[in-house]
Amino acid sequence: MNGTVVRLTYRALLGGRRAWLLLAMSVLLLAMAVLLRLTVGVDHQVTADFLGAVAVAALVPLFGLIVGTGVIGPEIDDGSVVYLLSKPISRPRIILSKFAVAATGTVLFAAVPTFVAGLVMSGTAGRIALGFGVAALVASIAYSAIFLLLAVVTRHAVVYGLAYALIWEGLLGSFVPGARTLSVQQWSLSLTEAIATRDLVSSDVRLAVAGVLLAVVIVGATWYAGQRLRVLSLAGEE
Amino acid sequence: MNVLSVDTVSRWYGNVVAVNDVTMTIGPGITGLLGPNGAGKSTLISMLGGFLAPSAGTVTLDGVTVWKNPEIYRTIGLVPEREASYDFLTGWQFVLANAELHGLPDPGAAAKRALATVEMEFAQGRKVGEYSKGMRQRVKMASALVHDPAVLLLDEPFNGMDPRQRLHLMDLLRQMGAAGRTVLFSSHILEEVEQLAQQIEVMVAGRHAASGDFREIRRLMIDRPHQYVIRSSDDRALASALIADGSTAGVQLTDDVLSVEAVSFLRFTELLPRVARAAGIRLYEVSPTDESLESVFSYLVKS
Repeated sequence: MNGTVVRLTYRALLGGRRAWLLLAMSVLLLAMAVLLRLTVGVDHQVTADFLGAVAVAALVPLFGLIVGTGVIGPEIDDGSVVYLLSKPISRPRIILSKFAVAATGTVLFAAVPTFVAGLVMSGTAGRIALGFGVAALVASIAYSAIFLLLAVVTRHAVVYGLAYALIWEGLLGSFVPGARTLSVQQWSLSLTEAIATRDLVSSDVRLAVAGVLLAVVIVGATWYAGQRLRVLSLAGEE
Repeated sequence: MNVLSVDTVSRWYGNVVAVNDVTMTIGPGITGLLGPNGAGKSTLISMLGGFLAPSAGTVTLDGVTVWKNPEIYRTIGLVPEREASYDFLTGWQFVLANAELHGLPDPGAAAKRALATVEMEFAQGRKVGEYSKGMRQRVKMASALVHDPAVLLLDEPFNGMDPRQRLHLMDLLRQMGAAGRTVLFSSHILEEVEQLAQQIEVMVAGRHAASGDFREIRRLMIDRPHQYVIRSSDDRALASALIADGSTAGVQLTDDVLSVEAVSFLRFTELLPRVARAAGIRLYEVSPTDESLESVFSYLVKS
């Protein structure tokens, strides 16, 4: 980790309008939770369906995508990353700093609101809020790692990231059962399944498998992003 | 020391060769990398700065490979051509961040010194995004100088500068060269390079076309056989008038085309209109035919 890289990345990430957009979406999630609580009352199945479909399946991957690619993608695009790379700092260390910012950003904007929304809708009953909160937390970290890697590897990271989140996890997962075993969403839901005491969520992946796969993805993606940054080519404008 | 060595380096993108078998050594003092746009100057500087792997050959700094070696940035300072930087930072914050990234013991003092060197203290509290092009160039320069590098690489540093800023940067680079640093800058303008560089490396179409001090380069570009194709009102009469002068090595008249080989560029350019006028011949077209020469010629004329 490098403090200066972390600080610069935070300022770039949260300085513009992006921070307000993210905050607005987090607030929207909470507002919907409050609305459901007021109109439907306390219904744990509604809580599980809402958090599963809106928070874990949509908000968390979307935020992971925006923040994960946002911590390095624009810098690579406009070439200003040269100021970070032309320094005697190992490239994996730069990636680690970027990853730390992306992960904490996604957790703050997506996982924390998910947990709070769970509390609003179901209180602490059946550890539902905790289950989804932990799932969102772990998924936030995993998505940050994946999308950060994507941003280093390709200039079209947002497009590929959306394709993964929407097509692979969303569509394909609902038609092709096999696709679900390779899905961050399903891995994190297996944590919810294990934590929540009520039988409201079912994941297609066993907890142990999911844990290993999550760890492999987070560590592997971050390591590989560091290796790719070592050989990043920045040519002039000719 | 502080010698950059480019050894039989080529770089290609797919089928396009950007840099073609270039060998050169860049030592202390100011070296100008001269060539028209698209000659491969930026590609070469990217390789020298460790931001592009050579497809073949090696780029070394004092014998150490540059590619995939961040340690070289303790010695190298880089002024990229691209404008983009951290626009949301003030000039001071930007240069300070660069000092911190270098892990300098006293980044504040280093940033202060670098900003003073480029005379940008007056604007250091303003955001980089609000700077003019010349100011950005100077703050980029400060960020490259912050760790007092022995080697400085500048990609088209004079682009977009007004004459006063140009002179200021030239002074700065001269001081650095005089202090024994290795300074390499690229430019497509001959006069710029002539005024500043002790050593000139010319690149044309990816190749290392010439090397030497500016007198040698001028002579190489100007005083060597040039081929021209001429169309005029009376090719035959013009041919006989031209061959009478020593600056014409040969003439050839085929169909309706008069080809002339001139030995001395300067004399020939002065001779041709004079001879044509004296003989009452109207010139319709005078064009150089040698393609690589033409590119050298065209930017020589443009500059």
